[in-house]
Parts: sequence; structure tokens; C-alpha cells
Amino acid sequence: MPKKEKKNSLLKILGLILLGLIILGFTIKTFLHGHNVALFNPKGMIAHEQLRLMLLTAGILLAAALPVVAVLYFTAWKYRESNKKAKHEPDSRHGWLLNAVIWLIPGIIAIILSLIMWPATHRLAPQKPIAADAKPMTIQVVSMRWKWLFIYPEQKIATVNYVQLPANIPVQFELTADDAPMSSFWIPNLSGMLYTMTGHSNHLNIIADTLGDYPGRSGEINGAGFAGMQFTARVSTAADFKSWAEGVRMLDTPLDTTTYDTLLKPSENNAQASYSSVEDGLYDTILMKYMNAGGHDHTGHDNAEHGAHHE
Amino acid sequence: MAHTVAAELELESHEAAADDRVMFGFWVYLMTDLLMFAVLFAVYAVLHGNTAGGPAGNELFSKPLALTETLLLLTSSFTCGLGMIAARRGNKAQVLSWFMVTFLLGLTFLGLELREFSQLIHEGHTLSSSAFLSSFFVLVGTHGLHITSGLLWMGTTLVFVKKRGLNRHMVRKLSLLSLFWHFLDIVWIFIFTVVYLMAFV
Amino acid sequence: MKEFLIGRLTRHALPHEWFTIGGTAAFVLMAVFVIAILTWTKRWRWLWNEWLTSVDPKKIGIMYFLVAGFMLVRGGLDAIMMWLQQAISVDGAHGYLTADHFQQIFTAHGNIMVFFVAMGFIFGLINYIVPLQIGARDLASPFLNTLGFWLYVAGVIMVNLFFVLGGEYAATGWLAIAPLSGIDFSPGVGVDYWIWSLQISGIGTTLGGINFIMTILKMRAPGMTLWKMPMFTWGSLCSMVMAVMVFPLLTATLFLLFFDRYFGAHFFTALGGGDPMMYTNLIWMWGHPEVYILVLPAFGVFAEVVTTFSRKRIASYTSCVLAMIGVSVFALSVWLHHFFTMGAGANVNAFFGVMTMVIAVPTSVLFLVWVATMHKGRIRFDTPMLWFLGFVAVFTIGGLAGVVLAVPPADFQLHNSLFLVAHFHSNVIGGVLFGIFAGITYWFPKITGFKLNERIGRYAFWCWIVGFCMSFIPMYILGFMGATRRLDHYESSTGYQPFYVLMLIGGIIIAIGVALQIVQVIASIIQKKRDTTGDPWDGRTLEWASASAPPFYNFSSIPQVTSRDAFWEMKQQGLPAKKYEDIHMPTNTASGIYIAAFAFLAGFAFVWHINWLVVVSIIGIIAVAIARTFNEHTEYTITAKEVKKIEEDRQAKVSAYRTKDNRPDMGLWEFIMVVLKFFLDAVRSKRWRTR
Repeated sequence: MPKKEKKNSLLKILGLILLGLIILGFTIKTFLHGHNVALFNPKGMIAHEQLRLMLLTAGILLAAALPVVAVLYFTAWKYRESNKKAKHEPDSRHGWLLNAVIWLIPGIIAIILSLIMWPATHRLAPQKPIAADAKPMTIQVVSMRWKWLFIYPEQKIATVNYVQLPANIPVQFELTADDAPMSSFWIPNLSGMLYTMTGHSNHLNIIADTLGDYPGRSGEINGAGFAGMQFTARVSTAADFKSWAEGVRMLDTPLDTTTYDTLLKPSENNAQASYSSVEDGLYDTILMKYMNAGGHDHTGHDNAEHGAHHE
Repeated sequence: MAHTVAAELELESHEAAADDRVMFGFWVYLMTDLLMFAVLFAVYAVLHGNTAGGPAGNELFSKPLALTETLLLLTSSFTCGLGMIAARRGNKAQVLSWFMVTFLLGLTFLGLELREFSQLIHEGHTLSSSAFLSSFFVLVGTHGLHITSGLLWMGTTLVFVKKRGLNRHMVRKLSLLSLFWHFLDIVWIFIFTVVYLMAFV
Repeated sequence: MKEFLIGRLTRHALPHEWFTIGGTAAFVLMAVFVIAILTWTKRWRWLWNEWLTSVDPKKIGIMYFLVAGFMLVRGGLDAIMMWLQQAISVDGAHGYLTADHFQQIFTAHGNIMVFFVAMGFIFGLINYIVPLQIGARDLASPFLNTLGFWLYVAGVIMVNLFFVLGGEYAATGWLAIAPLSGIDFSPGVGVDYWIWSLQISGIGTTLGGINFIMTILKMRAPGMTLWKMPMFTWGSLCSMVMAVMVFPLLTATLFLLFFDRYFGAHFFTALGGGDPMMYTNLIWMWGHPEVYILVLPAFGVFAEVVTTFSRKRIASYTSCVLAMIGVSVFALSVWLHHFFTMGAGANVNAFFGVMTMVIAVPTSVLFLVWVATMHKGRIRFDTPMLWFLGFVAVFTIGGLAGVVLAVPPADFQLHNSLFLVAHFHSNVIGGVLFGIFAGITYWFPKITGFKLNERIGRYAFWCWIVGFCMSFIPMYILGFMGATRRLDHYESSTGYQPFYVLMLIGGIIIAIGVALQIVQVIASIIQKKRDTTGDPWDGRTLEWASASAPPFYNFSSIPQVTSRDAFWEMKQQGLPAKKYEDIHMPTNTASGIYIAAFAFLAGFAFVWHINWLVVVSIIGIIAVAIARTFNEHTEYTITAKEVKKIEEDRQAKVSAYRTKDNRPDMGLWEFIMVVLKFFLDAVRSKRWRTR
């Protein structure tokens, strides 16, 4: 192919790629408009910090990688066959300097990123309680098939498929599961996720700083009802939270053994519900079911009856 | 067709190279088998305390039995070694007798292990009783399955040695077999230590 | 009595839903088609003798390509089904798939792509090319080679068998995490099919790994030290060493899950003292190295392609090899990054995060070596080089995403999101798949004896690039929006739908790309632009020293190697004179087929609890294995005189072809015309018309 045609075709390709990316970019921007891009929309300190860390890491990486990729493509273009002006040294030997540079540069970047990552991982460990002026509270979470049960041990109430939180107060979520495969508890606007597993209690510390309703779900597939297993996190003021809790206590919907066993049966798209009373230590009972498990081979809900009756 | 000396020498070296490759490949296979056992050991280490309210190793295992099994296997490794020395010397009769002894010792080991298993199962301690028992049965049982394969291999090889004599091919087979047998012995030492001895610590 | 005979098989297991009926019908039609052609052309004996029982790694390699290519289409159809479902199942509309069915599809998609497409193509390449590159005639154990291939085929059949019997596959995700995959939460046969298709083909992989290691370490041409081996061989060696280290872990883990499901054991159960977290650890200890097993040979291919098409030696052989070894070593130390969110403490998470950073270093080194190689080269942009340039962009995007994911607090937000899915697809498609494409287009002339159509190849390449961008860039964005993977429906308020639609369009473009690749191959076969020299690219490594396609013994005499880029050196010094010597070749054997058939039956029997069949199959395996291993006559010799005759006959045939075939490549339009003409002629021809 004559040289001029080839240069034109290269420019054509580059132009088309650029155009395509611009169109894609605009399209994406339009689609995003008005929607909750949760990871870029942090509503609590933890999510804020996680976003900052992501952007910092991505920034360092892009700063390192984009020049290399650009140089690679430029080199490919400059030393193309049709470019008679470029030097061709087929047998050139590169010395120790090249080797040193190509190992050192990625190595240094890896070290920098590790130095950022190590303390950040400790600072943002989900189990780490959040230091704040307000007194922390606890909410216990039990993932079931395919809904979420929230127990408020201090308020002695429970809810299904929605969780009420006060803003600016550190909340420690204690996470477990009952008669369900592993799921993960995730409110993307507030923090990253953590697994909920039978027989284990994971701790996830969150603090919300903006009022509003935020979506939550499981990030881990757990059976046919997985996609519908959503909940809402409602962040209100501390005062509103108190009055909400009082309101729930006045309902006549206790979470007794029968109600709990019914709840435990597999069901999808459960409506949100509130329970006015919860038996003391329900969460620990659920945990103990799996820690003291007998050598039975029944499916989980048989043992649920066993566990409840053992109390 | 004239077989030249050169052609025969060339075939010799070609076959020797093949033998060397097979031995090396068999070592690589043994390492993969060892890795599989490593997983089973790791699983046992994690799960041996999860007795689900049932008995633990110190209530179920018999130290004298475990010791007997160990001595049987160790001795069988020794006789296997003697068999290999005979094989390299080309002494067919001794190969047959030493490997027969090895076979019998291995068979006795297997018998004792099967009796231990059936007793446990009879008493209601099965694979599905608890995580501890699952990991015990699978770890020790997998070793037992390997012993069974080894015995099958040994028996077949001895039949063929009797029929075909101790040619190069048979000697190679016996070397691989003895490698396998020693390997199983080493794995047993670990089982004896990790499963039986440590249950009583 | 019935339960004894057929275990848990019932009439209900036969196809009775639209997709099982459809799938079964498709397989039956394909089988009928193949049987018809074989019968009409009277090729049964030929097929058996020349291909199925062959131990020639070249033939086995081609068979791997064919099966893997077929599975690529199968897995791709899964992908299109998923994209379609996700594009339309919003709010009240639940699409055309039930949740359970959708979950089975992505599970099958993952298994098929990793185990049967990627591994298949990689094994095909290694089988064909490595012996040629190191100057060997065959692998160390031809029997293990054919056995490994047929075990792979048994796995392929097993992963598709549920269409015909059982009607369900695992719905657990491609690694079937416990306790979801336990008998309590997955009581059907789906997970059992999952276990056995992976178990059988996994054992084939372990055997193949042992075989390749034996070959590379013990059968190199005289003078070829380890430090003179070609890059693809190094990539393959590192990959296979990892394979033999980690596939036994998979074997053990699958057996443990099997014991849980079949015998009621308590390894990974929620109750009885089981520990599901242990399953996650074990399966990922295999799972992470697996992706490096796939990508290292691809890196090897790229190293070959960059040097050949830059017409320059590699900038730093030492760094390149050390980087590959480094990747292999560190691949074994990062597995926990797949479950940072399981709740390990900060020290554990941070350690594995750092190790994951570490593994990015040798990968970057490889890139930098390749840039330095291109510098002051003279670069041609044939299709293999295009795939390399595409790989650079796509793999880099995936790699950067991967390093972001390696930061545990970031991972807490991105775990199991579509960001993750986009990341690993960028790396697997950009790295492994593009590497496979580069390798196949690079070595196509060697394998077939004629050149691949460049024109259509370019169209296919651009379809892949455009399709990939349209499919996966929106996926990264969806990850930022908090979209989880594996959702079969979602609310419109999330704003996901437009992105899913974009992804579907991208997927269709990729499908067009795949179709074009198939067209490319057919067009090349039609045009048959012969490569008469054996060295169409002016190559550097030994495989180019043989003819295109090589004779079954590869080289008439094993070359003596004195340096790296052995063939390049030979060309500078002048090609050595032809020597002829006696050649010992292995005989064909059907033992591999028989053992694999019995292994398949054993797996099938385990799935359906047909205990007598288990026993019979195991006895069958043992019997065939004994028959084979005690068979002392597994080789034959070709005398030097016979070799000379074969070579001279070939030479005569080659000189009949035109020496320089400068015909332009067939374009797409021309191809369509040719195909139409073929069918019109066939219709008009009187041969099939009855009188």
C-alpha cells in the first residue's frame, strides 16, 4: 500500500477510535444523569474514605500506566515498516540499565501503593469501631432466604427489609445468617460490604452523615431469590430515630418463635415489616444454633425448631 | 533386515532416555498426589476439633492398633527395598519372594484399617456424624485407597514378572511401584503423627 | 429393582422444558449431521485411525482447537442470553428466563469459558507448538497426552449432558461456593454435574501438566539449555508447573464437596461442624493460580509475536523469563483477595493486598520489555501484531482495575460488582483470548500449510475491539453505580437498563467478530495460499525450521542448537544440510478413549447414584490402564531410508505449488459470492437428484 494511503488509514483509525470514545462518554453521561451512582455518592464517612482511596489508587496507576501505553503505541507507530527514517537495530543488546529501570519503576509504584494501602486497610477495617462524639449503637442483622431481619437489641424491636439509622452516630452492625447460604450485607452509599454467614458474627462499623433513604442488598449470590433480596437504609436524625423506635414498640407485632419460624421459611420480595418486640438474645440464639450443631443432616429449618426449643 | 550394532545402541540410549523421563514424570506425579494429601491434612487440622458434641479422637482411636499398622507399613517398605535390590541384580526369585512379603504386609495393614473403620461405623461413628469424623475417614481412607491401588499394582506386576521375567520394562515398573510404596509409607507417618498421636496430646 | 439399575434417574430427567428440548435437539441435529457426512464420505475408519486414536501432539492440538472453538460458541451463546435477559428484565418484567435458569446460565458460561475454551485452546497451542519449538518429535508420554485430551472431552460432554438428562446445571456461580452448593441448598443434580465435569477434565489437566513438564525439561534439542528456550516454551513451562501444583487442590476440594453431597459428610456444611469458609479458601487457592495458568502461555505468545513482527530480538530475555517465573511464584500467594469481604482481620487483608500489588510488578516488567523490543525494530502490522496491540489496551484497563480491587477497603465496595466482572473479562479476553487469537493467526500457516486471510482477520479484530468497548466500559460504570453481578432483574429507578442495552449491542458486535473469524478460516481454506517455505514470517524460533505443515515426526533430524532464537541463528549461519536417521515413533492407541469413556461413566453414575455402574466403570478404568501400561510394544521405527523417501516426496509436491502466491486476500463480499455459488452449483448438480 502506498505510504500516503497508509498514513491516512492510521489517522482514520485513530480518529474513529477517538470519536467512538467521545460518543460513548457522552452516552454514558446522559444515562448517568439523575441516578444514584452510589460509589461516587458517599453519604457516610466510611464510604467517603473508601472513595478517596479508590480515586487515589486509580490516579497513581493512571499516571504510571497511561504514559507507558502511550509510549508503546507511539513506538509501534514510529518504528513501523513503512517509516524508512526510523533506525533498525535488530541485534541491539540492552544492558543492565534497562533491566534495572523496568524492574524499579513498577517496584517503586508497588511500594508506594502498598505504603498507602497498609495503614488505610487498618484504618478502614470494618471491625474497627468508629471514633465519634456520640455514643455508638448496635444493630444486629440476620440474612435469610431471601430477606433481611434487623434486630435492635437496645431498642428491643426488629424490622424486615428496612433498617432505620440515626445520622452522625456510629452504628456497629453485627452480621449473621440463618438457614441461608453466605450472603453479604451492603449499603453502597454508606460503606463496603461484609459477608453474613451462619455460625459467624461479622462486625461492620458505619456512620451516616446525610439524611435520606439508601438502597441495600446482598452482594453474594445465595439462591433463586437473590436479585429480589433488597432493603432500604433510612437515615434520620437521632430524635426522629427515637420517635420511630417508640412508634414501633407501640405496634402489636411481636417477633415470637412462631413468627420467626414463618419468617425463616424461604420467600421472596417480602414487604417491609416492623416488629414491636423481640425476645432477648435472639441473635445469640441464632448464632448458637450453628455453633452447637448436632450431627443431624436435616435442612436448616428443622434445626431452627430444635434451636428455638433448646432455649 | 540387518540390525546394525549402531542401530541397537541407538535404540538402547533412546529407551534409557525414555526410562529417565518416566521416572522423572512419576516423581512429578507423586508431588501432585502429595499436594492432594496436603489439602486433606489441612482440612483435618481445621476440622478435627469439630466433633458436633460427639467423641473426639482420644475416645475413638487405639494407640496399639495405630502402632501395629505403622510397623507393618515400615517393614513392608523395608522388604520392598530388598525386592528392588534383587531386581537390580536381576534375581527374579528373590524379587518375587520379597514383593510377596511386602504384599502380605500391606494386605494385613489394609485389613486392620478396614476392621477399624467397620468397628467405628458399627458403633455409629460414621462419616456423616461430624466434621471431625468426615475429615478422619476421608484422610485415612484416601491413604487406604492408595494402598489398595498399590497392592493391585503389586499383584499385577508380580504376575507379569513371573510370566515375562525380569526384563528392562519390568524393572522400571518395579522402581516406580517401590517409589509409590515408599511415598505411601511417608504419608502414613504423617497420618500416624497428626491423626493418631496428636489425638492423645 | 429399578432404583438399583438406574439409580435416581427417572422419566422426569428427560427434556421437558423449552431450553432442554431445544438444547437436546441442537445436539442431536449436530450429531446427525456429522454422522451423515462421515458415512457419505466413508471416513469412519480414517477418523478413528488418523485422528481419534492418534498420539501425535499436532493432531491432538488441532482436536483441542476444534472442541474449544465449539465451546467458545456455546459459551458465547450463554453470554448473549444473559445480556438479553438483563437488557429487558426491569421492574415488573422478568425477562424470558427464570431466576434459577439465569443463574445456571452464568455458572455454565464461567465453567465453559475457563475450563473448556481457554484451557482447550491453551493446551492445543502447547501441544502443537512446544515440541516444534524445542526440537522434539513428541511429548514425553504420548499415552498421557491422548488420555488427557479425552478426559477433557469427557468433561465437555458432562457439562452439556444436563440438557439431555436432568434438566439443570449448577446455579451457584462458576465456583459453586459452599454452603450454597451443598445438598441442602442445591438438592438437584446440577451441582453434581458441575463437580464431575470439572473433576474429570481437571485430572486430564494435571496429567497434561506433568507431561508438558517432562517434555520441556527432558526432551529439548541438544544444545538448548533452559536459558535458550523460546518465550512461548517458558510461558508454557511456568504455566504447567503452576498447573501441577494447584490442580491437585481442586481435585481434593471437589472430592470433599462430593463427599458432602453423596455421603452426608460435614466438610462444608453449615451444621455438623462443617466450615464453609474453608471451601472458599481451598477453591480460590486453586482458582487464582488458574487464571495465571491461562495467561502465561498467552504472554509467551505475545513475546514471540512482538519479536517476530518487530524483526528484533527480545530486549531483555532474562527479565522476561524472570518476570514469568515471578508471576508464577506470586500467583500462589494472593488467593485471599477474592474474599477480602469475608471478614478477615486487617493484617490478613493488608498482607494479601500487598502481595497482589507485588504480582503487578512482573506483569508490568513484561510490558516494558516488549516496548523496549519494539524500539528500533521494523514493525509489520499483520493480524497477530494487531491482536497484541489490542491486548495492550484491553489488558491494561483490566490490570489497573485489578490493582484498585487489590486495595481491601476499595474492594469492600467493588467486590462482586460489575466492576469486578468487567475487570476479569478485560484481563481474560484481552490477555488470554487475544493471546490465543494471536497465537492461532501466527501459527496458522505452520499448522495448515497455507496463510490466513488477513483482510477478514482485520474486520474480525475491529469487531472484537469495538464490541468489547461497548460491552465492558458500561460494565465498569455499572460497578460504580453499585450494580451487583448475577442479577436477573432490577428496578428501573437504579438507572441500569440503558447500560445493559449498550452491553447487549456490544455483545452482538463481538458475536459478529467471532462469525468473521470463522469466515476467515473458511476463506483461507478456500483460497489455499500455500506457504511453501515453512517460514512465512521470517521467524526466529525452531518451529519455523520444519515444513508447513510439519511431517508427523516433526524434524527429519533433530537440530543442534547453539543460541537463543535458534532458527534465526541457523538462518544466519546457513541452514544445515539434510541428514537422515532412524526415527522411533509411538503407535496410536485407543486406551485414552476407553479410559476417558469409563471415567465419564463413573462420573455419570455418581451424579445419578447408580452404584453398580460406578463399580463397573472403575474396574473398566483399571483394566484398560493395566492393559496399556503392561504393553511393551508401544513404539515403531522408521528407517532413515524411509524418512528420506517421505521428505523427497514432500519436496516434489511442494515444488508443484506456485512459489510466491501474491493473490490478494479474499474479501467478505467475494466470500459470500463463493459460498452462494457453491450452494447453487450443488443444487443444480444432478448427482443427488433421483431420476
